[in-house]
Amino acid sequence: MTDVIVIGCGVIGAALAYRLSQYKLKVLVLEKQNDVAMGATRANSAIIHAGFDPEPGTLMAKLNVQGSNMARTLCEKLSVPYLNNGALVLGFDKEEELTLNKLYERGIKNGVEGLSLLDGEQTRAMEPHVSREVTLSLYAPTSAIVDPWEYALAFAEVAKTNGVDFRFEQEVTAIEKTAFGYTVITRKGRYDTRFVVNCAGVASDTVHDMVAPKSFTIRPVRGDYCVLDKNENSKAHCTLFQCPSKSGKGVLVTPTVHGNLLVGPNAVPCEDKFRVNTTADGIDFVKRMALRSVPDVDFRSTIRSYAGMRANHDRDDFIIEFAAPAFLDIAGIKSPGLSAAPAIALEALKLLEGVGLPMERNPSATDERKKLRFRNMTVEERQRAISENPLYGRVICRCETVTEAEILGAIHSPLTPHSIDGIKRRAGSGMGRCQGGFCSPKIVELLARELGISPLEVLKDGAGSYILDSETKDGEKANEL
Amino acid sequence: MSYELIVIGAGPAGLAAALSARKQGLTRIAILERDKYLGGILNQCIHNGFGLHRFREELTGPEYAGRFIDELSGSGIDVFTDTMVLNVTRDKQVHCVSPQYGYRILEAQSVVLAMGCRERTRGAIGIPGDRPSGVFTAGTAQRYLNLEGYLCGKRVLILGSGDIGLIMARRMTLEGAKVLACVEVMPYSGGLSRNIAQCLNDFNIPLYLSHTVTEIRAQNGRISGVTVSKVDENRRPIPGTEMDFECDTLLLSVGLIPENELTRGMGIAIDPRTNGAVVYENMETDLPGVFACGNVAHVHDLVDYVSKESEKAGAAAAKYVLQGPNEGEAIDVINGDGVSYTLPQRIRVSALDGAAEIFFRVRRNYGKAQIEVLSGDESIAVYKRDRLAPGEMESIRLSRELLSKARGEIRVSIKEQ
Repeated sequence: MTDVIVIGCGVIGAALAYRLSQYKLKVLVLEKQNDVAMGATRANSAIIHAGFDPEPGTLMAKLNVQGSNMARTLCEKLSVPYLNNGALVLGFDKEEELTLNKLYERGIKNGVEGLSLLDGEQTRAMEPHVSREVTLSLYAPTSAIVDPWEYALAFAEVAKTNGVDFRFEQEVTAIEKTAFGYTVITRKGRYDTRFVVNCAGVASDTVHDMVAPKSFTIRPVRGDYCVLDKNENSKAHCTLFQCPSKSGKGVLVTPTVHGNLLVGPNAVPCEDKFRVNTTADGIDFVKRMALRSVPDVDFRSTIRSYAGMRANHDRDDFIIEFAAPAFLDIAGIKSPGLSAAPAIALEALKLLEGVGLPMERNPSATDERKKLRFRNMTVEERQRAISENPLYGRVICRCETVTEAEILGAIHSPLTPHSIDGIKRRAGSGMGRCQGGFCSPKIVELLARELGISPLEVLKDGAGSYILDSETKDGEKANEL
Repeated sequence: MSYELIVIGAGPAGLAAALSARKQGLTRIAILERDKYLGGILNQCIHNGFGLHRFREELTGPEYAGRFIDELSGSGIDVFTDTMVLNVTRDKQVHCVSPQYGYRILEAQSVVLAMGCRERTRGAIGIPGDRPSGVFTAGTAQRYLNLEGYLCGKRVLILGSGDIGLIMARRMTLEGAKVLACVEVMPYSGGLSRNIAQCLNDFNIPLYLSHTVTEIRAQNGRISGVTVSKVDENRRPIPGTEMDFECDTLLLSVGLIPENELTRGMGIAIDPRTNGAVVYENMETDLPGVFACGNVAHVHDLVDYVSKESEKAGAAAAKYVLQGPNEGEAIDVINGDGVSYTLPQRIRVSALDGAAEIFFRVRRNYGKAQIEVLSGDESIAVYKRDRLAPGEMESIRLSRELLSKARGEIRVSIKEQ
């Protein structure tokens, strides 16, 4: 019997597991996919929003500002790439100038610090590539960018280190009410627990409906993005937003913590919440809108496009409430969910404590994680690292300068990845301009060797995504030689 | 540690450059190679057809590389494999790492850049749809097949008619896969005519020109099919022309990009037409004593030409070290009608030993055509060809006398007859 089962291991489930792992509790995380951060957390804008956008008085407003304030310290503690680069919301006409003034007022009410309005010239003095058409902008110096996978992974890895049990490929199919709490049922097992927290992202309505009458419906909204080569990185230093509309925060142009330029997303309501395909129209739209903000973005430098699914729904605010006794929904966590994640976790903790979850600190628990990245080291640090572990001297991913030591570190990290993309999320390999063309075969070899499996079993990503089909006609013979 | 010449990369370009510099009298030469083996991409090119020009025989890739590697032993050239160059400073300090020697800073009097190229990816060409496994660049699939011993899939569609894709069409067919089609967005093939004949036609694999892949579909994490559409003259898909193919693999052979990250880091001028460094007649970049050759300078069709060009670069590096910097006025070489790029981009006429060889590619297929070299409006030379194709590198020779007539710049143009 566990104390708490967390359903879903995106950034919300992971942040919650991290907080719960600081207490003497038996916690189990059930994740449908084969790794952490496989839903909205893996494909979004990677922004820690300042918090001027949500309506004052909402949970979104409160938790966004709180979460954003916590992010810097957390990222330092957890070795998560984070950059406080600031944001500009661009206005192109009188109507948008009014919107910007409203956003400014809203931001003040939400407690966002340091907001100011800049005229067109001041805006371009800060960001020389911004369009001549921009007449006014709202500057939010507390806005930041982050690596969302690492954020979720770091939370989950620390939780795992502190004893939280993680089970992957365990889609919840039913939940039964019991005398002590609940039995959560997956295709692989039945798990008894006193408390349940539903962090199932786009599937959070389905999970809710397993224990309570329908009270909300997820209406997923897909968004396309383009990632550009690092040589386009000088086009934006701040995150450049356009004025928000009903459907979202609009198309942004932003640097990423890895040094690329990111543009997107559009907002397309979708029927199939699990299909995150890009579309030609979506990508065209995103490019067109991005050029409105920064006319000289060179899309010939695109290295990847992707799409993500936001868990929008038929209510307005984040849904953080009990669906049934001892069953907490953390549902409909759309934007600014990534920014709010650590604050949402604390909020959930408070609610669980309120209904009787015993909160006794675990003195042996850690709340930190250290991760070395060769590409960020000075010459002296690199020399020292290689002298201590020669495998820091073997570069596997040439585009992003990721070494064999880091790949092996990722394979043997607390939550073992089984796929090339799992390694990518942990070590950053394959994220560059060749998109893994050169390093994938080496990573397949390392994964197979270290996990004691055949290269035929190594996956690209989720379950079923095999890379190699079969041995060549003489493959077996070659191995014998 | 200090060298007269450091060569970065031990593919065909780097090997030929180092050996040539050695023959020209340099004694302290180092080759730095990131892989564990010498030979570069030739190692995975196990088909034959290499060396017809240079050795007058048909060799496989590894055999071709072997000829050069054999010459290395006993040459006194220092070879460091498993060594990655992280950056090179403008005063030619080469920062590199390896498990064996750690982090080193090597000093060089001259540098030859021979890092080769990489393949364009799905991301670069932006194919919409799902993002499953089973989408490979042709070279990556070739590596899995020929070096690791694994076949990527059984029902294959190939996008792009670059040479590696064509070679893989044949190779995968021989391994028992069904290659459904090769789809090319341009109205002509990007590869060598002999590869179209030997790799597609001989195996009855259809080639769809002016077509492209407009959607990738997945099932259970793996590619399950693609949609192919005809494109108009602006390469936009034409609605209503869609064809669906069920496949478990999509190979991309959609172009090669010279790997010039080190070059850019050194502040060397890059030509947007070649994606390689701007080079002079001796393959020297705009940073004196730094040379570029092979696919890092421009993408070649045949390795024989890579070797030849790299020998020129190696010899020039030796001359630079032994005799001092090159000087003299340069004229610019510009691409005119029908030509996508020219190399070299600049010629110092006074530094020429004899004639200058100018390499270029044409923008489309031509029948009987004239290659015309113009200086201003004046035609200074004309060459006739029976046919010209974008997949094949062309070259012309211009004598020193002819070039000394040119004023400021010369332009290479094509006229169809």
